[in-house]
Amino acid sequence: MGTAIVDKNKNYLNEKSGLWSWLTTLDHKRIGIMYMIAVMFFFLLGGIFAMLIRAELFKVGPTLFTSPQYNQVMTLHGAIMVFMVIIPGIPAFLGNFFLPIQLGAKDVAFPRINLLSWYCLIVGAAVVFWSLLHHGVDTGWTFYTPYSISTSNGTTWVVAGAFIIGFSSILTGLNFIATVHKLRAPGMNFWRMPLFVWALYSTAILQVLATPVLGITLLLLVAERVMGIGIFDAKLGGDPVLFQHFFWFYSHPAVYIMILPAMGVVSELIATFSRKTIFGYKAIALSSVGIAAVSFFVWGHHMFVSGQSEVAGIIFSFLTMLVGVPTAIKVFNWVATIYKGSVRFDTPMLYALGFLFLFTIGGVTGIILATIATDVHFHDTYFVVAHFHYVMVGGTLMAIMGGIYYWIPKMFGRMYNEYWARITFVLIFVGFNVTFFPQFVLGALGMPRRYFDYLPVYEPLNRISSVGAWTIGVGFLIGLFVIIQAIFKGEKAPENPWGGKTLEWQTASPPPHENFHNQPVVTAGPYEYR
Amino acid sequence: MAFDRSDLDLFIPLTLFGRLEEVLLGSSNHHVIPFRVYLNILLILLLFTVVTVVVSRIDFGAANAFIAMFIASIKAGLVLLYFMHLKYDDKLFPTVFFISIFFLLVMFAFSHLDIITRVLENNIL
Ligand SMILES: [Cu+2]
Repeated sequence: MGTAIVDKNKNYLNEKSGLWSWLTTLDHKRIGIMYMIAVMFFFLLGGIFAMLIRAELFKVGPTLFTSPQYNQVMTLHGAIMVFMVIIPGIPAFLGNFFLPIQLGAKDVAFPRINLLSWYCLIVGAAVVFWSLLHHGVDTGWTFYTPYSISTSNGTTWVVAGAFIIGFSSILTGLNFIATVHKLRAPGMNFWRMPLFVWALYSTAILQVLATPVLGITLLLLVAERVMGIGIFDAKLGGDPVLFQHFFWFYSHPAVYIMILPAMGVVSELIATFSRKTIFGYKAIALSSVGIAAVSFFVWGHHMFVSGQSEVAGIIFSFLTMLVGVPTAIKVFNWVATIYKGSVRFDTPMLYALGFLFLFTIGGVTGIILATIATDVHFHDTYFVVAHFHYVMVGGTLMAIMGGIYYWIPKMFGRMYNEYWARITFVLIFVGFNVTFFPQFVLGALGMPRRYFDYLPVYEPLNRISSVGAWTIGVGFLIGLFVIIQAIFKGEKAPENPWGGKTLEWQTASPPPHENFHNQPVVTAGPYEYR
Repeated sequence: MAFDRSDLDLFIPLTLFGRLEEVLLGSSNHHVIPFRVYLNILLILLLFTVVTVVVSRIDFGAANAFIAMFIASIKAGLVLLYFMHLKYDDKLFPTVFFISIFFLLVMFAFSHLDIITRVLENNIL
C-alpha cells in the first residue's frame, strides 16, 4: 500500500503535544505510557511502605509504629502492590503498548474503552487513598470476614476502590480478546502470534472471567458492612468461609493474571537474546491457556486451615499439583531455547535469567505449600511470605524490569545506559535473595506473618532481611533513574537494537501514530532465527 | 424471591422502536429475524411469567427453588437465544457464553462441596 508522503520525523510522542492531548488520547501507545507513569508512582508508594515494614521489623519490640499503624502499613503495601502495580503492570502498560503492534494492528479494538480503563484505575486508586482519611484499613489485602465486617469505616472505601480498579482490569481484558480475534494483520494466524500475545490473551480470559466475581464479592462485603444482610456473618446465619471461597475464586486466577504476562515477556526475551528459534513454541503458547484453565480449580489451597472441609482440602491439594505441569513445560522449553543458543547477556536477558532462577524457587516452594501435610505447619508463617514474593517480585517484577529495558528503545527511541542498568540488576537480584531467602528459614522456624513484632530468636535473620530490602530499594531507585535518563537523555536507538523478529522491531523507534507506515504482511512465525 | 423477577425478561428489542423498517429491509448484513418471531417469544415469556406467579402460590416444599429456577432458566434461555441473537450468531459467542456459565458452575460446585462435606464431617445439621 503506497502512502503519498510519510513524515519520518512524526511519531506517537510528537504527533500532538500538551497534557490535554495525553489525557484524552485514544492511542494505545500513549495510554500504555500513562499506565507506565501511574504504575511507577504506585510502585514507589508501595515500595515506601515495604521499606517501612522492614524498618519496623529490623529489631525486636516497637521501632517506628504502634501495632495498629503497622497493620495499616502492611495492608496498604499489599493492596497497592497487588491491585495497582502487579495486576496492571504488564498487561495494561507493556501489553497495551505492544499487543497491537505485535499483531500488526493500528490500535486495540476499542480505543475509547482502553482510555476508560485507565481512568478506572486512577479513580479506583483515588478512592483507596481516600480511605486513609477514614482511619485507614488494617484487614490485609484479602479483606477476610468476619474481621473486615467489623473493623474501621476505611474498609468500605478501600473495597469500593478495589471494585472500581477491577473494571479497569476487565475492560483491558475485553479489549485484548477482541483485538486478538479481530485485528490481526494479514497472514498473522494464531500460530504466528508472538508468545507475549498468547500470554496476554490467556491473561485476558482470566481477567474477563474471574474479575467480576471479585467485584460481586466486594459488593457483598460492602452490603454486609452497611446493611448487615447476613451472607458472611455467622451471627446472621452466614458463613465467613464462603467469603474466602468467593475471594480466592478470583484471587487465585489473579495470581496468574500477575504471572502469565511475565512469562510472555520472558519468552520474548529468551528467544531474542538466545538468537534461536524458540523451543516448543506451541507447547509454551498452549501451556499459557492450560495454566489459565487449571487456575480456576485450585483456589481452596488458600483455605486448608481456615475451616474448609477435609475432603475439599484434599481435592484442592491434588488439583493444585496440576498447575506444576504447564508451568514446568514453560521452564523446560525456555532452558532448551537457551541451550546452544548464541546468548547475549544484555540487561533484559539478565532479568530473564533472574526470572528463571527466582521463579523456579517460588514455584517449587509452592508445591510444599500445596501439600496439606506440610502446609499445616507452614501456613501463615514467613515461609508463605517468602514463597509469594519469589513468585511476584522474583517473577513478575523481574519480567517487568526486563521488559522495560528491552522495549525502552522502541517506546522512546532511545537507549538506556547499559552499565548502570546492569548494576541495578545486580542490586535488585542480590538484594532480593538477601531479603527473602532468610524468610524461608524464619517461616520454617515458625515466625508468624503479619505481626509487627517477633520473638528475640528471630532477630538476626530479620536484620539480614531488612538490609536486603533496602538494597532492593536502592536498586529500584537507580533503576528508575536509568529509565528517566534514557527517556530524556539517552542515545538515539536504531529500529531493531536487539535483532528481534517480532513485528514491533519492524517499525520506526518510536513508532508512528498508527504503528506502521505500511501495513505489515506476515509470512513466517515470530522467532525464526535459525 | 429474586428468581422469578419477570421484569428482566421484558426486554424490548430495538426492532420495536423506530428501526423496525431498517431491520426488516435488511440494511445491515446481520441475520434478520422476522418480527413475528420476536412477538411469539414475547408472548411465550409473558405466559411463563404467569406460570411463575401461579407456581409461586403453591408450596412444593424443598422443590420450590428448583422449580422457580427451572422456569427462570427457560425464560433466560429464550431471551439469550432470540433477543440476544445467540441462536444466529457466530459460534464464538455461544462458546464464550457457555464457558462463563461453566466456570460459574465450578464456583458453585466446589463451594457447595466444601459446605456439604463440612457438615458431614462435623456432624452438624
Ligand atoms: Cu492460589
